[in-house]
Amino acid sequence: MIPAAFDYARPTTVDEALRALADGGEDAKILAGGQSLIPVMRLRLAAPAMVVDLTRVTELRGVRDDGDALAIGAMTTHSDVIADPLIRESAPLIAQATETVADRQVRHRGTFGGALAHADPAGDLPAVALALDAEFVLAGPGGRRTVPARDFFVDYLTTALAEDELLVEVRVPKLEGSWGMHYEKFNRVAQAWSIVAVAAAVRRENGHIAEARIGLTNMGPTPLRATATEQALAGADAGEAAIAEAARHAAEGTAPSDDLNARADYRAHLAEVLTRRAVTAAVGL
Amino acid sequence: MTQISVRVDGAAYTDEVEPRTLLVHYLREQLGKVGTVVGCDTSNCGACTVHLDGEAVKSCTVLAVQADGSEVTTIEGIAQNGTLHPMQKAFHELHGLQCGYCTPGMIMASIDLVGDNPDPSEHEVREGIEGNLCRCTGYQNIVRAVQQAAAEMRGAQA
Ligand SMILES: Cc1cc2nc3c(=O)[nH]c(=O)nc-3n(C[C@H](O)[C@H](O)[C@H](O)COP(=O)(O)OP(=O)(O)OC[C@H]3O[C@@H](n4cnc5c(N)ncnc54)[C@H](O)[C@@H]3O)c2cc1C
Ligand code: FES
Ligand code: FES
Repeated sequence: MIPAAFDYARPTTVDEALRALADGGEDAKILAGGQSLIPVMRLRLAAPAMVVDLTRVTELRGVRDDGDALAIGAMTTHSDVIADPLIRESAPLIAQATETVADRQVRHRGTFGGALAHADPAGDLPAVALALDAEFVLAGPGGRRTVPARDFFVDYLTTALAEDELLVEVRVPKLEGSWGMHYEKFNRVAQAWSIVAVAAAVRRENGHIAEARIGLTNMGPTPLRATATEQALAGADAGEAAIAEAARHAAEGTAPSDDLNARADYRAHLAEVLTRRAVTAAVGL
Repeated sequence: MTQISVRVDGAAYTDEVEPRTLLVHYLREQLGKVGTVVGCDTSNCGACTVHLDGEAVKSCTVLAVQADGSEVTTIEGIAQNGTLHPMQKAFHELHGLQCGYCTPGMIMASIDLVGDNPDPSEHEVREGIEGNLCRCTGYQNIVRAVQQAAAEMRGAQA
């Protein structure tokens, strides 16, 4: 099928994009890489009256060194994220998770900001942003505001973005030195979404785990932190037994769905197994 | 209607399109480039793969207006003066197809893969074409064809 007809705006700056969004009102939709939006428009599950295409807003593309953080422009494509030297250096977890997203064609078009704004519970990047304590910079008619990851993901496919706002960039604190990271994804077929996945960042100190941050993909309507496991790991021995014991708590406080891919209890089991693997790899065992 | 200017397989076109027109439909219906096919409604099969400014994309998941100002290469544009591209030749020689429906997309995705990775292992080829589904061949000969073409393309560069 082809999408229903819509009015089309192609701004070249953030300010122009915001004006186009305001003019479009409730029925306006932002188009980034289109790799989630165009499929749902083709199926007529979405039929926006106005589409605001960000392709030409070049200020939204690219990765900047911003002191103690990286600033990743919303329109940076998945393939540019994978190839970026700053990300490889200071936030390799993002590159590793992005490599598991979809297939090379989709990664050439799909964007970092689009994947986060879409907030699909099975999407790989929301849990990574949550684990890294990223901050989201949103622009609206009244100016800009910054929202921490834990407040950005509100519900199923729902974020803190208001209808007249757009995501400009995501600031990711640099984690270098004694930090290790790993993304562990479970799916069954090629180019598939996560059934469950775990993003882990761990800081080691003298054979111990000083701090662990663990994000869970697809264990509820939003990405979640495995808080009980993080607490059990803080100060624990960086060895297999302690990691396995802490991982037993990975599904605590989660609300995974029952669907065609997996039952909720199976997802809880996966969360434990994948957390153990992700932390073990992040620690470097 | 919105005006777009694109180069497709080396020729320049300026056309009026509806913003909702998918790139694949523009290529097939307005330009008559029917070598690029549509195999699904869900952006999964990859049959529609073309190169947009040198990168493989699913042309069913790009609006024609988004290609404005760009260079598009389809399966119809890769043979040079009647000589098949090494990737086309390898698919032909090694039987990398049966019904042939997935082939235009497979070849365009594979050329893109070899551009990034000139000597892919069997595993890397399988990962590299994960966005392209074939319901006939079982992929075995496709993987062999991509590796043979990669070898020939490396030789041509040396
Ligand atoms: C076959 C296939 C397989 C896939 N597999 C995976 C996978 O395994 N893992 C995964 O994580 N993803 C997967 N994806 C989705 C992919 O990552 C998309 O790129 C991503 O979800 C959306 O990014 P986009 O730039 O294409 O956004 P679009 O489709 O353009 O937009 C998505 C939504 O976000 C909004 N939006 C986009 N940008 C902004 C912005 N700057 N400000 C405010 N709102 C904005 C849009 O209005 C829209 O609602 C897959 C997609 C396909 C087609
Ligand atoms: S037609 Fe199936 S992915 Fe484009
Ligand atoms: S040869 Fe028939 S689908 Fe691939």
